Amino acid sequence: MTVEPMNAKPDNQGKSGFLSSVLGKILLGIVIISATAFILWWGYNFLSANKAPQVVQIPIAILWGVGGVALLYTVLNWLVEQLPRNVSRVLQPLIFIGPAVLLMGWFLAVPVFRSLMTSFKDSLGQKNVGLENYIFAFTDTRMLETFRNNLLWLVFGTSFSVGLGLLIATLADRTKAEVLYKSIIFTPMAISFVGAGVIWKFVYTYKGTGYGINEIGLINAIITGLGGTPQPWLNMPPWNNFFLIVIMIWLQTGYAMVILSSAIKGVPSELLEAARIDGSSEWKAFWSVIVPYIKGTLITVTTTIVIFSLKTFDIVRVMTGGNNQTNVIANEFYLQSFTYNHAGRASAIAVVLLVLVLPVIINNLREFNRGRKGF
Amino acid sequence: MAANSYKAQKIRSSLLTNLILIVICLLWLVPIIGILITSFRPSTDVFQSGWWSVFPHKENVQSGEIILPATVDVNGPITIDGVTHTFEEWRQGVNMPDGRYLEWFGNRRTRKLTVSAEQWVGFATGFTLKNYEDVLTGKTINYIDGNGQTIERKGNDLSRAFLNSLAVAIPATIIPILIAAFAAFGFAWLNFPGRNIIFSLVVALLVVPLQIALIPILQDYVKLGLNGTFMGIWLAHTGFGLPLATYLLFNYISTLPRELLESAYIDGASNFTIFVRMILPLSVPALASFAIFQFLWVWNDYLVALVFLGGGKNQVVTYAVASLVGEKGQDWQLMTAAAFISMALPLAVFLGLQRYFVRGMLAGSVKG
Repeated sequence: MTVEPMNAKPDNQGKSGFLSSVLGKILLGIVIISATAFILWWGYNFLSANKAPQVVQIPIAILWGVGGVALLYTVLNWLVEQLPRNVSRVLQPLIFIGPAVLLMGWFLAVPVFRSLMTSFKDSLGQKNVGLENYIFAFTDTRMLETFRNNLLWLVFGTSFSVGLGLLIATLADRTKAEVLYKSIIFTPMAISFVGAGVIWKFVYTYKGTGYGINEIGLINAIITGLGGTPQPWLNMPPWNNFFLIVIMIWLQTGYAMVILSSAIKGVPSELLEAARIDGSSEWKAFWSVIVPYIKGTLITVTTTIVIFSLKTFDIVRVMTGGNNQTNVIANEFYLQSFTYNHAGRASAIAVVLLVLVLPVIINNLREFNRGRKGF
Repeated sequence: MAANSYKAQKIRSSLLTNLILIVICLLWLVPIIGILITSFRPSTDVFQSGWWSVFPHKENVQSGEIILPATVDVNGPITIDGVTHTFEEWRQGVNMPDGRYLEWFGNRRTRKLTVSAEQWVGFATGFTLKNYEDVLTGKTINYIDGNGQTIERKGNDLSRAFLNSLAVAIPATIIPILIAAFAAFGFAWLNFPGRNIIFSLVVALLVVPLQIALIPILQDYVKLGLNGTFMGIWLAHTGFGLPLATYLLFNYISTLPRELLESAYIDGASNFTIFVRMILPLSVPALASFAIFQFLWVWNDYLVALVFLGGGKNQVVTYAVASLVGEKGQDWQLMTAAAFISMALPLAVFLGLQRYFVRGMLAGSVKG
């Protein structure tokens, strides 16, 4: 930015006027800072005391949280604007980006290094144990099971989500009720993984066999209706993994569909027409025109869903808790951190997760730097 | 003729397309419909029959009993209302000529048969709001379980959890947007050393799994007394949400017309004034898209709430539903009602504002 704001402040008061105005500003500054500090401090104490009824507490919490941030920015900016222009010019960007950078640093950037350090330590995160946690991470049978399962999630979850998403996007594009179809498939995106867990646990539920037992789970009812024997689907390794992956497909297909659908709409109709005139079937036109055209979007969507499949946690946690050979990396991380209290192993697992997404990070950076001409 | 067959083929393929889509949509919807219906059924019904039995269908409905007088010999063939069968056959169940269905109850000595007839049922569904009342309250509740026993236990107090979720989600949506908007403006329009490097860091952090941060941040929270507080979870969601928020808003704010801002600078407006008076109002579409995104993310989050907020007074709905699933694995009438309460608000937000949500998602996917 080369254009600078014009100096709007009157500079023609005498020297004494200047002094008193500086003094006034300092006094005003002190008053404003203490008032801000007082408001924030009072709110914090009120909220942490947690004595008021919930209906009072919560609006105040919201007001304090949101208002506090707005107030902090306003006051900090006001203070900086009172400083001499050459100082404020340097400081002002700090006000704008400072809080974001500090928070991202505290919550994401620095923890990468802290977890890396802890990953070489013992369960309490104190003594150095060298590579022991990584040896655990790559050789322990529990961990090998999580790797196998995550691989299943990655391969089947991703391919079905993207494949179905692409199928639905392509088919819906040719119908009149497109919006309705797409809304229905997209709806699970609004549902929490915990909620989806309940929904599907009910679909898979199993009451056992015996006289007078009616299966109330949909799948088992269909099976018994067809004359089969009901099964405890979630206790059947290794198939139970696939029954969990179905939930991921149910949740993620909508995402893939929406993004791919908008990409398909971007395919120039002349290209498709040309292919049809050349005598291509719809099937052939799809593979030779549409798919190559939306390749970039396909890769992006696939990458996003791959990352999702690597980080999958809530579904497994709610459905099986990782038992019956359904454990996944993120759940093992949770168990090591908060159930077995082994900070070292947990950190090593987190680092492994990070390394798994590292190619994506590097690619994002490369893409970003390439497209940054106008930055 | 050729045109006609082309038309017929087109209609056929369109029918097939719609059919496939309808089947897929049904597969997608049926699980949700199942829990929605179950959440309104009395607990006794839920334990006895599947949710689909609320739809009208033919079923044997018990209408009475027959007690055989002591004079009847139960060891030989038994004649009831002119029909004769052995005990074993009666136990299997017999269709009477008048349409009734008789079945021996228990062993020989009971001398009891149940009478039922096939009827259309499912019109009087007996829907109830009791399950919702039961999960919403924190007081003691009663219901009948699968074995016919009355269970008394504490409600899950989902009304409190719902309010807590609001108290978490609203600030955890607005605060990161505000902070990210300031930062995005800074990155897009202000000059300062290290701008490119710092923004590259933002891009790099976009997909960092938050697991990497949980242990270190929890250590900090324990030291700072932030563990289990709303303030703590706002900060956590802000920290974890900022890279995407900053990135999306930067993409939007950096495309605002340069002339507009330059003329404002010439008029003597300060950066702050320009940001508040011009940038924020102009960015409303981008802010709205991200707001919906972040709100859904925070509301539906389980991991962050589990680690930093936990149970007790401040527990959020996802936590409450998950612990209900954990502690009472078979009480479907409660779990389904609870799940539906947890889904209602995000579904409403989502269906109402889907267009903005999709717009934000598309913006985020182009590069991220």
